[in-house]
Amino acid sequence: MNTRKVLYQFGYQRCRDQDSPSPVRHPVVVVGAGPVGLCTAIDLAQRGVRVVLLDDADRIGEGSRGICYAKRTLEILDRLGVAEPCLERGVTWKLGKVFQRAELLYAFDLLPEDGHKMPAFINLQQYYLEHALVERAAELPNLDIRWRNKVIAIERRDDGAMLTIETPEGAYSIDADWVVAADGARSALRDMLGLAFQGEVFEDRFLIADVKMQGDFPPERWFWFDPPFHEGRSALLHKQPHDIWRIDLQLGSDADAKAEQAPERVIPRIRQMLGHDDFALEWVSVYTFQCRRLERFTHGRVVFAGDAAHQVSPFGARGANSGIQDAENLAWKLALVVKGEAPEDLIDSYDLERSAAADENIGHSTRSTDFIAPRSAQELRFRDATLALARHATFAKRMVNSGRLSMPSTYETPLSTPDVDDWSGSARLGAPLPDAPMRDRDGQPVWLLEAVGNEETLLHVPNGEPPPAGSNVIVIGRDLIDETGLFAQRFDARPGSTYLVRPDNHLAARWRHATPALIAKASRRLRGFEGEQA
Amino acid sequence: MNALVTESRFADPDRAYRALIEAHRGLTDEESAAFNSRLVLILANHIGDQAVLQDALDLAKRGETCSETRS
Repeated sequence: MNTRKVLYQFGYQRCRDQDSPSPVRHPVVVVGAGPVGLCTAIDLAQRGVRVVLLDDADRIGEGSRGICYAKRTLEILDRLGVAEPCLERGVTWKLGKVFQRAELLYAFDLLPEDGHKMPAFINLQQYYLEHALVERAAELPNLDIRWRNKVIAIERRDDGAMLTIETPEGAYSIDADWVVAADGARSALRDMLGLAFQGEVFEDRFLIADVKMQGDFPPERWFWFDPPFHEGRSALLHKQPHDIWRIDLQLGSDADAKAEQAPERVIPRIRQMLGHDDFALEWVSVYTFQCRRLERFTHGRVVFAGDAAHQVSPFGARGANSGIQDAENLAWKLALVVKGEAPEDLIDSYDLERSAAADENIGHSTRSTDFIAPRSAQELRFRDATLALARHATFAKRMVNSGRLSMPSTYETPLSTPDVDDWSGSARLGAPLPDAPMRDRDGQPVWLLEAVGNEETLLHVPNGEPPPAGSNVIVIGRDLIDETGLFAQRFDARPGSTYLVRPDNHLAARWRHATPALIAKASRRLRGFEGEQA
Repeated sequence: MNALVTESRFADPDRAYRALIEAHRGLTDEESAAFNSRLVLILANHIGDQAVLQDALDLAKRGETCSETRS
């Protein structure tokens, strides 16, 4: 059935490069204007890099697709200036419930503590996020989005690549110092470079249906094993804005994808689940999935990000979230390299850090899929035994896996300076800073992550000695007031404690007693100058 | 006397579960049953405590009452 709606349409516009006698050279060309490409381009442009963003389509909004955006992603979106419209529109949630048959097995809370600007998750149709990103992109004069510009050939060189681009008015070529391939799971650039995309294929088919209805379910993630309305299989229910509900039903491996999408097949299934038929179908899709990745995300001056680099099953909301975290990891590094402020091999740390994150995401999503869609009689027995024991034993409850929801990765990376002191608290070396509510010099409330912003930053707790020098130094108690004590608690902060923060808000180094030499060394290291020194 | 521990003990229980699943990949149902029997004997001996084994047997029995078999 065709329930797909085009929500936002953009126009193709001829650009000057098409009239140039020889290919125009650009520092960075991003291919693919999905969430990952848009975030990469916006982040680069915000950092003062000129970016061309190419997309083969000219519209967004075909299906709601990815709907769950995690706290860390929202923090990134906030830095990019688009969190507000997303939060306004999105459904905020943090509670999940897991049912077996009609009975509640357990509930979980994804953000049990206060004092963070961003919620654990919001649900939002992907096209709303993309639209907010496109609007933000339009505000940036150094970001040039070109719709209906389809890359049909790439020729790599040591110092860049030549792209041939097809448009409604014929083909043209441009030269790029760097190419970011964010062209999705079916990446054309990946195929053009002949790169293998390997991993595990899952046979089970799943039905996604977005339905419009007035429901009295709360804004929580509900997951059923073997529900009475869909025996022997699993089901998932999520709330989206505007009374739209995401229903995800396991169909099994022998289901016929085409037949299952027919309204006469879909409607009875949903009627059975909801107990009424007072709903309208918004979008239906049948999918299978694969967990796979490129062996390397960097191929000379061509860098892969998001689904083009790695693909996961949807359980755990790790696709779009990890892709946006790729974008943020790459953007600051690429900006430094393009401006000549960091060595080119800083980009290798993108491959290292985001490969490890991809493995983590693939691992979680594979293990969730094993549990949700057992492949053999024995796997089903293990699964059902775990569910049966879950009522009696906490170890079994902990093993019940309906999807482990996206969390940011903690990087074990040469860019970090290993701790020499002992630290407690929730801040971890290599992880994004935990947020905290603060007040600025004028007593106005400000979040820690807002104050840290885009740049490499030092946070320092005074101890009577002069604070470290530098343009991005925040002295706690002077520039930011820790009224609630949550900063001190989360960072295990004491007089003299000093923290070096990367431009992507990950913690790069910390000391109980920092010296200018230690700080300078760690700062060089996080920019890739001293990575080889352990 | 030792008691049966039912709190979660693995640092990463999902990986432990995956290891169990993976060990059975490629086995027939009968081979899986035999494999599990060997595994239970190995783990029972590792526990090496009749009282704890009895507690484990009792817990497994209780699980049975709400786990209906499906074809």
